[in-house]
Amino acid sequence: MKSSHEGSVTFKSAEADFGLTSALGKSRSDIIAEISKSNLKGRGGAGFPTAVKWNLAAAAKGERKYVVCNADEGEPGTFKDKVILADCADLVFEGMTIAARAIGASHGILYLRGEYAYLRRSLEDVLARRRDRKLLGKAIGGKGDFDFDIEIVMGSGAYVCGEETALIESLEGNRGEPRNRPPFPVDTGYMGYPTVVNNVETLAWVAMIMGKGADWFKKTGTEKSAGSKLFSVSGDCERPGVYEFPLGVSIAELLKEVGAEDAKAVQVGGASGVCLPASQFGRKLAYEDVATGGSIIVFGPNRDILEVAANFLEFFVEESCGQCTPCRIGNYKLLETVDMLRKGCCSMNYLKEIRGLCESMQLASKCGLGQSSPNAFLSIIDNFKDEVMGR
Amino acid sequence: MMLIPENEVLKQELKGVAERYDNKRSALMPMLQMVQSRHSRISEFAMQVIADMLDIHPVEVHGVVSFYSFLNSEPKGRFIIRLCRTISCSMQNKDRVARQLENDLGIEFGQTTGDGKFTLEWTNCLGHCDEGPALLVNDKIHVKLTPEKVHDILEECRSTFGLHAAQKKEGGNH
Ligand SMILES: Cc1cc2nc3c(=O)[nH]c(=O)nc-3n(C[C@H](O)[C@H](O)[C@H](O)COP(=O)(O)O)c2cc1C
Ligand code: SF4
Ligand code: FES
Repeated sequence: MKSSHEGSVTFKSAEADFGLTSALGKSRSDIIAEISKSNLKGRGGAGFPTAVKWNLAAAAKGERKYVVCNADEGEPGTFKDKVILADCADLVFEGMTIAARAIGASHGILYLRGEYAYLRRSLEDVLARRRDRKLLGKAIGGKGDFDFDIEIVMGSGAYVCGEETALIESLEGNRGEPRNRPPFPVDTGYMGYPTVVNNVETLAWVAMIMGKGADWFKKTGTEKSAGSKLFSVSGDCERPGVYEFPLGVSIAELLKEVGAEDAKAVQVGGASGVCLPASQFGRKLAYEDVATGGSIIVFGPNRDILEVAANFLEFFVEESCGQCTPCRIGNYKLLETVDMLRKGCCSMNYLKEIRGLCESMQLASKCGLGQSSPNAFLSIIDNFKDEVMGR
Repeated sequence: MMLIPENEVLKQELKGVAERYDNKRSALMPMLQMVQSRHSRISEFAMQVIADMLDIHPVEVHGVVSFYSFLNSEPKGRFIIRLCRTISCSMQNKDRVARQLENDLGIEFGQTTGDGKFTLEWTNCLGHCDEGPALLVNDKIHVKLTPEKVHDILEECRSTFGLHAAQKKEGGNH
């Protein structure tokens, strides 16, 4: 397996605007058909098929449409979108332009997390260059019916704004509180207009696929998880960084590559993901097995797994927007339980009760934050019983 | 040239941002971010001005300011230092860096130095987990921190602070 810890080999080798040129030679429905054929699924975590989302937005009625690139990247342990934006911003903007052509959008927004403000100037420069080269603006590629431009809007330090409806609230000048769905953004998005929200990496793959074809893309990966994916690797390993692997790669293969063969546990998917013990390192990183937005945090033999659980729960207590009770109260309760476990004063019965609470959180929370915040806790008490019980 | 009061300057700057968004509410975040970065806070006065320009109630503006961790109404230091406390940085000895920051500044996390130069805060994952511990000084990122590097970072701030102050004075005299 050839790999580098310095980002995507594929993205760096992309020929400039090859994908856009090819898209401009196609009809709108043919662009979506190519993306559909590629089986590209969202790289932001949820894994929703990109072409399905685009089809809905293309069919939705609206006097304007928007393409939003989600660069909020707040999931603990994730930094691959930052590397893509630093090294291959053109490819991301190219992907946004292709998306705009496909759904008939005239406006694009890059929502950049406040923590990445230092990237803004270079991104504005890339946008300016693209305007100079008529790759943004009026009548792109000489197509009289294709006007599209992109602006950058900054976040201000709120993890929940990565959730697409909270992101839209934030763009509209509101508190970043997730909305009830339906309606979905593809129908009623930014300012009520049909809006496609895609992850940074998803849009970069869009540009690659348009340039090289769906068949090229599908040559790597598995049947259900086409293509490669970027992984942000940190924690106890020799070579942390951003890696590109075909989907379906096993955790063990990845650990070997990053120099962490002695790992005792791996957190896949960040704070909202799951913590897996060595006995499960044979599992595959793919939508059909362990799905992830690409955050991989490695824990060496001497790490206290309850310290990890506490750290994640502190994160959720702080980042919950507080709109719904299961999430607002639940995460706090889970943190309390971890403290009890650490002190060795948590009964089996109480733990059972807390399990019930986790289920309510997963079912009754309004957005993905509260729905997935019990994951790490549950996987830690299930997979590391020996370590966490009877302290 | 005429001396323009600071409040008038602020109003003019805000007007420019609001107009870029047709004076619609979607101008709110960019307006708040501009005030925050120039003044390290968003005062009651600034919130009222913004509310008037966008024709919304000041309570709405308050609500938004209080939601985002990078926006604040109470005064903070010219340099806001945010140290990441999320797991990967935590495992890379962020506590030692934290202690050094507290020792060198003579304040605890959540506090501002008496001279109004520095505020010390915790933050969540900054997206530099492979090169932690990481911290932000305003918009600037510092990675692979050690207790030793803390001193250099603070010195760098102190030397640009003088510069800031001088530039501001110059600007006011134009
Ligand atoms: C709490 C929360 C935070 C999220 N943060 C991000 C994020 O930072 N970046 C991202 O692309 N998607 C994030 N998502 C997922 C988005 O809601 C959305 O599904 C995604 O941007 C769609 O893009 P994709 O289909 O290209 O993956 C988050 C979801 C939740 C519930
Ligand atoms: S689940 Fe949590 S973050 Fe999501 S809306 Fe409810 S309180 Fe807010
Ligand atoms: S954990 Fe500190 S930067 Fe991600």
